[in-house]
Amino acid sequence: MLFKLTKNYRYTKINISERQKRVMKVLMLGWELPPHNSGGLGTACYQLCKSLSKKDLDIDFVLPYKADHGIDFMRISAAHPQGVTEVIRSGIAYDSYKYILADGTEEYLDIYAQQELYEHAVARIVDEKEFDIVHAHDWLTFRAALRVKEKRGCPIILHVHSIESDRAGNSQGNPLVHEIEDVSMHLADRIIAVSAHTKRSIMRDYDIPADKIEVIHNSIDRDHLEPLEADNAYRYLDAMKNLGYRVVVNVGRLTVQKGLPNLLYAAKEVIERCPKTFFLIVGSGEQYYELLTLAAELGIGQNVLFTDFQRGKRLRDAFAIGDLFVMPSVSEPFGLTPLEAIGYGTPSLVSHQSGVSEVIKNFLKVDFWDIHEMANQITAVIANDELRDELLKNALAEYQHLSWDDASNRIMNVYNRHLSGVNP
Amino acid sequence: MSKAIVLYLHVHQPYRIRHYTMFDTATKHDYFDAQYEDQESNERILHKVAEKSYIPTNARLLELLERHPEFKISLSITGTVIEQLERWSPQALQSFKDLCATGQVEIVAETYHHSLAFFYSRAEFEMQVNMHKHKIQQVFGQTPQVFRNTELCYNNDVAYWADKAGYKGVLAEGWDPILNWRSPNYVYRPSYTNQIRLLMKNYKLSDDIAFRFGNQEWSEWPLTADKFAGWLNQEPNATNFNLFMDYETFGEHQWEESGIFGFLSHLPGDWLKTEGNTFMTVSEVIDANEPVDVVDVPETITWADTERDLSAWLGNGLQTSSIGALYGLQDDIIKTGDFNLIEDWRRLQTSDHFYYMCTKYFNDGDIHAYFSPYKTPYEAYINFMNAYHDLKFRLSEKGVAV
Repeated sequence: MLFKLTKNYRYTKINISERQKRVMKVLMLGWELPPHNSGGLGTACYQLCKSLSKKDLDIDFVLPYKADHGIDFMRISAAHPQGVTEVIRSGIAYDSYKYILADGTEEYLDIYAQQELYEHAVARIVDEKEFDIVHAHDWLTFRAALRVKEKRGCPIILHVHSIESDRAGNSQGNPLVHEIEDVSMHLADRIIAVSAHTKRSIMRDYDIPADKIEVIHNSIDRDHLEPLEADNAYRYLDAMKNLGYRVVVNVGRLTVQKGLPNLLYAAKEVIERCPKTFFLIVGSGEQYYELLTLAAELGIGQNVLFTDFQRGKRLRDAFAIGDLFVMPSVSEPFGLTPLEAIGYGTPSLVSHQSGVSEVIKNFLKVDFWDIHEMANQITAVIANDELRDELLKNALAEYQHLSWDDASNRIMNVYNRHLSGVNP
Repeated sequence: MSKAIVLYLHVHQPYRIRHYTMFDTATKHDYFDAQYEDQESNERILHKVAEKSYIPTNARLLELLERHPEFKISLSITGTVIEQLERWSPQALQSFKDLCATGQVEIVAETYHHSLAFFYSRAEFEMQVNMHKHKIQQVFGQTPQVFRNTELCYNNDVAYWADKAGYKGVLAEGWDPILNWRSPNYVYRPSYTNQIRLLMKNYKLSDDIAFRFGNQEWSEWPLTADKFAGWLNQEPNATNFNLFMDYETFGEHQWEESGIFGFLSHLPGDWLKTEGNTFMTVSEVIDANEPVDVVDVPETITWADTERDLSAWLGNGLQTSSIGALYGLQDDIIKTGDFNLIEDWRRLQTSDHFYYMCTKYFNDGDIHAYFSPYKTPYEAYINFMNAYHDLKFRLSEKGVAV
């Protein structure tokens, strides 16, 4: 076992009437926030906290690094390990970060060493903090949450945005990470899963009882989407669309979890039937070169365009240039990108193995392994603009009703139930 | 009977593609115009090679040609490098002209763009060979008599074509599985031909100079001209030693510090001091000797890598799909009659682009990496394909259905 809990920790129940007199305080443990984020986790934490901050709630968000986020709706603290003056992040999650120590020396630490440092740093700084409940996001912060529970006896809520088998692409993944998730979920007071898909995975991988896990879907802050400009950065694709070409887009990390080889196999079948189809792959990751080679070997190198990692206008315009957005993930706990695609006017095909497929009815859906069906559905949209437009119209109608309010209301309920001492 | 060294040097620089992204496609058509400081800057690389190799080597060669009337060399020099010399180093170009003016230098025919067109489009191939011939006539006042295909790509078809086209000789790698028990040190005749002759590179002796010369781990290091001439003198019956190599061996692949210029300066004197020894150009050695045997080459051989096949350029999917896509545009591109568009398409045919995409030894960081301006073969592929898409865009702007 990685964890030792002290035998005599005390569970301090707060008197309800006393609590109502003051604002509830949440210690939020997270790994990243925009704009210093590498993916969906940072965005989800940001938007969730922004929505929660509208409630009568005081949030202290503890990050492993110091940076200017331009956030005014909550307090942000950096849990630097002792003796570290600065942490320099690389752009990509799971990469090593550079730690600058007080004596001026530098050290690169891998992700596992970083979460250990974070755990110890959090344990140190909570002594000066006042809070009622701990809400931790993903395994990197789970050990820190357990430490706080051990020291302070407060309830801990673990928010699961992804689990190890998702990230590893349907295998056990890293056994150390697996053990951290296993132990902490058993010791948690409550688990929030971002989808029913994730809840099932947690039950399958860690034998957690169903009634300990609450499904609270992520959402999208529609006002957060920056508007498009008149010109599109993909001038070539724009020109080709006017000549009858159609564009299929994927945005995401090029990693095993995202299931992109299957999209390329499907692309080959689509291009055989509709040669005027481009597949635009936006992102970087360890599969980049593998996918590039696969596309060439399948004989569709002329139709598959790789842009590498993009942000800002080029990212927005990638969503907008598509006739169809495809998210073929092998396992996607939630999956924000298809919602962003709707926001930029593009309908989506998503895998059944995704959380977002539970939220929007008017997506096309397919099993990630079913290449023929994936090709079939992509071809249908490419060859039929009416289908594309109808899908978009109906998805947009659902999209208009999305907001984080529903998620934050339900999270408030979770907090209240735990602080009132009434076990759910 | 005399024994001749046939020293043949190949001069070439491609138009390297700059870091050209999807966002440049359909916006800018300047694929070959990197910033001067960039790795892929053709101007910067040409300046470097002219300074380290062309100018100092030609100065020595000219001196040797003047001092030894028996000293002869053969050169092949591509259209793409002549253009770059005209533009960025007229001084180096003039030094090549000065060599030719001695009458002891023969220029060899090849494709203008150093392309693999022979394997993709015979019409385009012939066009490029003609373009090259005209350029050589215009710049050097010679008409080539002997043909070499890009990267010494050779098979029976190449020989058959060159024979029909009227060349008196063709060059190839003297690869052991082809020669078998035979020696490369003679003149041969290709199968299925009558008139044309085949000269095969003595790769062991050539690579002693081109690859091993500066290697201090090599048991023969240091190699002196005297020692080298001694090896050749030990071959009693040979008629010709075909030393074929990249011109840039002198000063670029083998740096000045290795002593390569000293070797070059001493080679003619040390070789010619034995009676009966001489130098010949490729045409002279063909005129002077009858073929000793017929050589059959059904499969393509080249002078690259340990495989001596086309796999350095066409060995993986990135290479075959990108070159296939490029030649797929041929009819549409030619029909436009737009010189700039056609020329850009031809510059993309240069074999170096596909060599940069080679992945077979990528992990070893070998010779391919030495010659590539890109960090990875994938980067080379992405730049190339984005330029390819821009050609398509330019076609579409002319109303061509793409």
